[in-house]
Order: sequence, then structure tokens, then C-alpha cells
Amino acid sequence: MEIKVGLASCGLAAGAGEIYKAIENYLAGKEIDVTLKKTACIGMCFAEPIFEITTDDGKSITYGRVTAEEVGSIIESCLKKEPLLEKAILSPDFECPENENLGSQTRIVLRNAGHIDPESIDEYLANDGYKALEKVIKTMKQEEVIKVIKDSGLRGRGGAGFSTGLKWQFAYQNESDKKYVICNADEGDPGAFMDKGILEGDPHSVIEGMLICAFAIGADEGYVYCRAEYPLAVRHLKKAIADAEERGIIGENIMGTDFNFSLHIKEGAGAFVCGEETALIGSIEGKRGMPNLRPPFPAKSGLWGKPTNNNNVETYANIAWIILNGAEEYRKFGLETCPGTKAFALAGKIRNSGLIEVPMGTTLRNVIYGVGGGMKFDKPFKAVQLGGPSGGCIPEHLIDTPVEYESILKTGAIMGSGGMVVMDTDTCMIDIARFFLNFTQNESCGKCTFCRIGTKRMLEILNRITSGEGKMEDIDTLDKLAHQIIDTSLCGLGKSAPNPVLTTIKYFREEYIAHIVEKRCPAGVCTALLKYTIDAAKCIGCTVCARKCPVDAISGTVKQVHVIDQDKCIKCGACYEACRFDAVKKV
Amino acid sequence: MDKKEKIDAIIAKFKGKRGATIPLLQELQEVEGYLERETISYVAAETGIKIADMYGVATFYSMFRLKPQGRHIIKVCKGTACHVSGATAIFHAIQGHLDLTDVEDTTSDGKYTLMEVACLGCCSLAPVMMIDEDTHGKLTPDSVGKILDRYE
Repeated sequence: MEIKVGLASCGLAAGAGEIYKAIENYLAGKEIDVTLKKTACIGMCFAEPIFEITTDDGKSITYGRVTAEEVGSIIESCLKKEPLLEKAILSPDFECPENENLGSQTRIVLRNAGHIDPESIDEYLANDGYKALEKVIKTMKQEEVIKVIKDSGLRGRGGAGFSTGLKWQFAYQNESDKKYVICNADEGDPGAFMDKGILEGDPHSVIEGMLICAFAIGADEGYVYCRAEYPLAVRHLKKAIADAEERGIIGENIMGTDFNFSLHIKEGAGAFVCGEETALIGSIEGKRGMPNLRPPFPAKSGLWGKPTNNNNVETYANIAWIILNGAEEYRKFGLETCPGTKAFALAGKIRNSGLIEVPMGTTLRNVIYGVGGGMKFDKPFKAVQLGGPSGGCIPEHLIDTPVEYESILKTGAIMGSGGMVVMDTDTCMIDIARFFLNFTQNESCGKCTFCRIGTKRMLEILNRITSGEGKMEDIDTLDKLAHQIIDTSLCGLGKSAPNPVLTTIKYFREEYIAHIVEKRCPAGVCTALLKYTIDAAKCIGCTVCARKCPVDAISGTVKQVHVIDQDKCIKCGACYEACRFDAVKKV
Repeated sequence: MDKKEKIDAIIAKFKGKRGATIPLLQELQEVEGYLERETISYVAAETGIKIADMYGVATFYSMFRLKPQGRHIIKVCKGTACHVSGATAIFHAIQGHLDLTDVEDTTSDGKYTLMEVACLGCCSLAPVMMIDEDTHGKLTPDSVGKILDRYE
């Protein structure tokens, strides 16, 4: 029997470390033949902590939301071949609640995540690992590799959607004594964790993609630029590089050929703008990460002025699969204009939040209500946010939009790197616009005036609207400033920073008007426009709210109707959450 | 190893290497928990990297700190999923628990430093915070105090 525990960062945060220990303790001193293994994230973050049991007859069951106390009885039941199914979430052999969830996905990039031990190069090798690299460096010419990637139609998964094969071709054609390969793992979008899932779960797939790229363009050195907020991803990556070096997969004369490649990790120091490729290159060079004018593109003059190819984590994770299975096979997934799959980080008010992968062209409805299992609470769907701070909010009437670069762009949002945050009617769209603008305002590097100051002015206006001091002309001013920022900013950060504001004005204008004219926040989020009161007919005088109030604003004795002193109230909502009789009202 | 030896070892590791400023500062910060003015001047003299270049980098990236920080670093996630799940209330609850005002980030006993971070990538467990290297999820304003009190 084999037991695998999901020990990626979300699993660990949910207590997977204790589960692992509990299993170890249970097995200690028992005469049973069980191999206990570590794996990373299978993507079902909503059901963490998770472990999978595979019995000797090959049957496998994945258990979710387990506690340390339950571990023993679950293992015992599997040993007796009468597995407990109460906590089972997934199994090819038994009826389980999430079988359809995984079944409706297509996993290319996440093929190994949650199945293999990411710290073991042997497990990667056993799953066709580095076979694509071997095929490329032993049997293919550089042009042939580029042609396969071009034919596959793979487009950059970082958000812009440029043809990966073409990008490689440009870097290949620019002759130079030195070329570089960079992997952008500076996943900065709030609400996005695809790259983290891939790096934590299958770091070798990214390294293999980079090696193949290096061979194709003629580079011998590479960098992975990884966010420092992802310590586990960095650790797995370091281990993977060290193991690959030891096996002669990275280094000199790789696999006995004359191909050489060295790979380094650069830990980011916290600057969102470094996701932009010229800023990222500046940061690797040790400078302030500020974008430069393109052209020249990095394919011509990148790191230290040499031709450089830069792709993101997910793009590289596709490469080995494409080489092994062929461009034609890859094109069977997704759309003609946009083949393959896309990983998404599903989060927000959705039942099955986690990491998923679906073919390009799947509708938002299928992602949210199919794989995602629908809304988490009983509140109706309001919007889905795509593309993080560069993206926009897509409203309900556009929920049949297919996920694919051009269709998403038409809505005013962008595909982005794959963050998908679902919102219900408890979310205020002006607050969301303000949230993202606050983020981009903070992260603007300050180089372009309109991005630096224009976003500040827009943020001030949004602050005014959410505190009940907005004016009707503010909407037009926001729109005007937004377009000026888009027109005059050098990089993607500025060019896309106004998107959250523009899409919310476009689709939720009535909500702006409610804030400005009626001084009302329909979602009940903007505290300045809220008032908490107690319904005398429902209050039984249990005193819970008064005890929870951090500023002693609630008066009343046992069995008497309580009253909130509006002058003292800080509108924290503690009483609203605490009341079990629905007596506290938010108006 | 005393402080000066540690700093000298870091200098020796990066001296003369191109693109070294950021990793150099990252390692220096690990010695003291922040970048001391004297350290920067000393390193500048030893490596030939201009003080202005080092401060330019140190003030650009959010991970560098020019003030002493607490023994434990609390990073409250302000990602989208956490925001819609009430991260602001979590932040205020921690501020209240640690008696910090809006302009302070480190407790007077030097135990905690409180900061916000863009996204920790544990969106399914929102709202989330990270204390040192541990991630804590599904927080409520009531639960944060108990978690904080576990740290020495």
C-alpha cells in the first residue's frame, strides 16, 4: 500500500503537516507494508488537508478534509479492503463527490502535480521526465524544435498570449556569442497561484522546458526569477536544479552531447512591475526594476544586452509534453486560434476553490459552475474577476464567454495569467475597483507621469465615492484619466491599471450612481455608507453583541432590547456576525 | 561568527560579481533583520557599489527594510480573495491585539512586525496570514489573537 500526503503550501496551512505526522505515528511499530510519500497540490485546495491511498490491488482513493484522529481508521479500512468512504473525495474505483471535478479537467501542465514527489527527480524521470530533452538534443535540429512549438500554436501563458514559437525564433535568429533563457516566476497578481502550484508540484517540468528552449535558441545560461513570497517553491526549485546537475541534466555536455546549460535562481525582492520583462531583466542585473522602451525587444537585446528569451512558468511547463506528443496532438485541445489548455486559480466565493486546468475555449460558466461547483454561499453570482489588477470584472450576462485571449479582451478584462476570483452580491464593485487601483498605485514604479500621478488621482476619486462624497462628474473624470493613463504609459502595468475601473463603470454603472446619488452601498461593504441597527422585534437581549463590540457602543441588559450608539460605532460588523437571531441589521 | 565576520563573508561572496546588488542586500538583511546605515556605507566602501545605487534598490523593493523589525514578522495577505473575505477586519484585529496604531508597524517590545503582502497564493484558505514561515488560513477577527499568543 502507498500513501501520498499533499504537502504544498495550502495543504500545510490547512494542517497537512500534522496529518503526515499522524500517519507516521500510526505506521510506527506496525508490521504493515506501507510506503509513505510526499506530494504537492492536486489542486483541490478547498478540501485540504488531502491524502491518497493506493492499495496493492491498484485501487486508489483520495481523502479530503481529514483530521489527525481519523487517519488510523481510514488506513485500517483500506487494509481490510473495505474502505471508509465518508471522507473520500476522489477515486477512479468508487463513487466519490469530486470525481466529476477532476474528470472535467484536461491536465497537461498539471500532469504530475499532486501525483509525484516534487523533490524526487527519480519520480519525474519515471513519468517520462527529461525524455523530451533527450529527444531534442540527440535527434533534432534547433529549427525543428522551433517549428514544433510554432506548429503547436502555444501562446505565452503569462497573459499577453504572444506565439511562443515565434518568440523563440526571434531569439534564435539574433546571432550572438551569448544568449540567455529566463523563466518569469514572479507571479504577482493577487488571487493567482498557478505558477506556485506548478513550481511546488512539478519543478522539473519547468526546468525541462527551459532546457529545450535554451537548446532551440542557442543559449547556455538561464535564470528563474521567482517571487520570494513563495519559499516552498524556491526550495523545491533549488533541490530540482541541484538534482538535475548531479545527474548531468544541467551542466556541461548534457547527456553526452555538446549542449551546455547552467541555471540560477534569482529571488525577487517584492515589486509587481518586475513581472514586465524589461523590468525583470533590470532586476536580474541588480537594478531598480523599471521597464524600458521596446524595441529593442529582449530577443535582440535582453539580459546584459544579449539576446534573451523570457517565458512564464506555465508556458515552459507545456513544452516537454508538446515535444513528446507532437504539435498535432496538442492542437486537439482548445481552439484553432488558441490551442491547448490553461491553468486557472479559482478563488473567492466559489465552492471548489483551487488550481484547475481546462481546454482553451471552455466557457466561464463551465469553469465556475462545472469544475468550480458553483457558488460557495447561497448568495447569487455577481461577477468574475479575471487578470488581477490588469484585468476586469465580467458580469453575469457575459458568463458564456469562452476563456481565450481575444474573447476575454472583448469584455474589457484580460486573460491574464489565470487568476479567477468569483464574487457574489456581497461584493461591492466600487470597492473592488478601488482595491485593485490601490494595488497598482502602490506598485507603479513612477517612471511614467500618468501612471504615477493619474492612478493616484483616480484612487482619490474612488475613495471619495466609497465614503459618500462622490459627484456625478467623477465618473467622467475617471473615464478620462483612465484613457490618458492607457495612452501614455510605457509598460503593461500602466496600460492596464485602469481596467478594473473601466469594466466596473461599464457593467456596474448603477452601483456607482447608488454610491454617488443615493449615498448607499448596495452590497453593504463601504463602511462610511453603512449603519448597523438592532431590530427591536427580533432582539431577545442575549447580550452577545454587546460583549463582542470592541468599542462598547452597544447598551442594554439581559433580556432587554439592545441599542447601538451610532456615534461610538466603528462599523466593524462584529455584532452583525455575532447575532444568532438575525436582529442586527445592516442598512 | 560575529556580525562583522558575517558581513565580510557576504561581501567576499558577491564582490566583483555583476548583478549582485539585490542578492547582496538580501543576505545582508538576514544578518540584522534590516539594512543598517553603517552596514551600507561599509559595504559600499568594500565593494565599490555606490551608496546611492544600494539605497536606490533598497527603497524600490518592498522586502528591504531600513528600520529594525520584530522577532516575528506577520504578513497579512491583501490578495483579492482575502480582500473579499474580510482581510481588512483581520488586519484591524491584529492591530488591536498588538496595540499598534496606523503609523506603527513594530510592537514596542520588538516582538512583532506587522505588514501587508500582495498575495500569498493560499486563496482557498482566505483570509490568510503568514507568521515567519508558517501560513495560517481561514482566519476570523476572533481567532488571530489566539494564534499570535502561540509565538514566544
